[in-house]
Amino acid sequence: MNQVCADVEALSVLIAEDGAADRLLLATIVRKQGHQVLTAENGEQAVALFAERRPHVVLLDAMMPVMDGFEAARQIKALAGEALVPIIFLTSLSEEQALVRCLEAGGDDFLAKPYSPVILAAKIKAMDRLRRLQATVLEQRDQIARHHNHLLNEQRVAKAVFDQVAHAGCLSAPNIRYLQSPYALFNGDLLLAAYTPAGDMHVLLGDFTGHGLPAAVGAMPLAEVFYGMTAKGYGLAETLREMNAKLKRILPVDMFCCALLLNLSFQRRVVEVWNGGMPDGYLLPASGGEPQPLVSRHLPLGILAPEQFDDTTEVLPLALGERLFLLSDGVVDTSDENDQLFGVERLRRVLAANRQPALLFEEVLQALDGFRGRSRDDVSLLDIEVVEPQLLSPPPVIYSDSGQSSPLDWSLQFEFRADTLKRFNPLPYLLQLLQEIHGLRAQSGALHSVLTELYSNALEHGVLGLDSALKRDARSFASYYQMRNERLQALSEGFIRVHLRVEPGPRGGRLIIEVEDSGKGFNVSKVLARPVSEQGLCGRGLNLIRRLSRRAEWVDEGRRACVEFAWEALA
Amino acid sequence: MAVESVVSQDGKKLTIKVKGRFDFGKHQEFRNAYEHKPARPDSVVVDLKEATYLDSSALGMLLLLRDHAGGDESDVRVVNASSDVRKILAISNFDKLFDIS
Repeated sequence: MNQVCADVEALSVLIAEDGAADRLLLATIVRKQGHQVLTAENGEQAVALFAERRPHVVLLDAMMPVMDGFEAARQIKALAGEALVPIIFLTSLSEEQALVRCLEAGGDDFLAKPYSPVILAAKIKAMDRLRRLQATVLEQRDQIARHHNHLLNEQRVAKAVFDQVAHAGCLSAPNIRYLQSPYALFNGDLLLAAYTPAGDMHVLLGDFTGHGLPAAVGAMPLAEVFYGMTAKGYGLAETLREMNAKLKRILPVDMFCCALLLNLSFQRRVVEVWNGGMPDGYLLPASGGEPQPLVSRHLPLGILAPEQFDDTTEVLPLALGERLFLLSDGVVDTSDENDQLFGVERLRRVLAANRQPALLFEEVLQALDGFRGRSRDDVSLLDIEVVEPQLLSPPPVIYSDSGQSSPLDWSLQFEFRADTLKRFNPLPYLLQLLQEIHGLRAQSGALHSVLTELYSNALEHGVLGLDSALKRDARSFASYYQMRNERLQALSEGFIRVHLRVEPGPRGGRLIIEVEDSGKGFNVSKVLARPVSEQGLCGRGLNLIRRLSRRAEWVDEGRRACVEFAWEALA
Repeated sequence: MAVESVVSQDGKKLTIKVKGRFDFGKHQEFRNAYEHKPARPDSVVVDLKEATYLDSSALGMLLLLRDHAGGDESDVRVVNASSDVRKILAISNFDKLFDIS
């Protein structure tokens, strides 16, 4: 037995036995094995001793006066809580029923009289192993719980910081509905929307590779570029190039971000689309009918080097009541128990069957539930309706300067030549400059819209010589923009001159913008004489310019546009 | 082994076969299939004949392989992809980086 003492750590063992002789015998055996012994004469004493001294193992006689072993076992187990305190019943009972009662009362083993020191030693040892195993499990469980809480707390803080950035945008606009898990960020899903200075809306639905923190870290820089450049008036192409370059620079090789970006102009009723790696989005017709897919034509962001990146967008005409529906891969990649994917066809059937736009999300989720029994937690859905621009109210730009140093009497002329026109968008710079004129800030949305129209007219119809009649119907729309890209890439000569003149007046002042191009010009009186209804998709530009500015005229056979804005002195 | 790699006799071509789900669980095995090889092969073939599914982290692994094999100079082919797997590769437009057949 001394052998056993050496490799068993001393335990404290409680022995409850009403027979004095048996009690002494057991105590002697256990003590010889190197353990500490506590003794009790009945169940009540045993419970009291347990509560006071917390022994490691308990030997309980089943039949005892005052309180029997069964009740004592129940009370000791209750006191022990989650920790395992092994109870070995000492019994001369041999009927099965009695032994079952011992186990039901919480006993872990039993020892029959007469007592064998060898078997008792072995049982105490075995029980000690169980006890330690349970203790280890509990400790690790608590450790995991602590780590988990720690992680949740970190996620909560990270999410709070990120929400400050992400919610700078306009996801709350009246024509946007979206559905996203609150912790979508940690699934790598990202949803951003913001107004451009001209009142257009930029939208991004993205999906980073992976899950958890690695998927979330890229979201912050991406959101910053998106909001920063959108607010400054940059278009999708420049914003995409910058986002791609930034992600390429900071992300490891195997991480990237699938993304679908939209530039929605509610004034001009067009949407510009770029899809790199996201599932098809859809343009849903107002009157039901075949949804038009917005197909992924590019590699995701963060893979290609800046010089290889393709920022080509597609442009589609929009009509009132049409909707854009975007979704994350959690929808089509939801699989049933046989690993069958929900897939695009099932989704299209749901889209086609939808009658009430407001119920579309619920119908998609129901279809997923019906397919699988339970939908994934990383499903993001976004629905944007084409509405009258007046229904949307971009927030006013907040300026931090005092306005006292505003320059009021100056003029500037720029000439942008072929190589510049190909790859550079000068509008953000011009708009930045014009924001220095405090009197004009109330009209900055209109100013942005007009300047954008003037520039794209000069570029597309002037320098590139594209016929605006091409845009008259939806079908030729796509080929118009394809031709625009081809001609721009091949451009070797031509120019756009922008002349800005700011003059103070007795009460306020005025800005005259002249935009001149190297193109063939157009028949001004004929185009302007057309009724608005006939101008359709192609004529909206000129109409918009006339509506938003104080005065607009075209001279030099349409090659030069002169537009005037004026303001009253600020109080 | 769910990921097998074979180098051709002349040592110029490395073939990596992936079986079952090609997802993050195969990360280490997939890397082991091409890292620490005595010589860099001229070309790499990823055989997905027995791959049933591919997720975005698998796309990331393909990018790592491509980077390891020389980036834009690399010759990495993805062969025998099932129609489901090809769809996933197509949505991400990986055919612009890899020769997929």
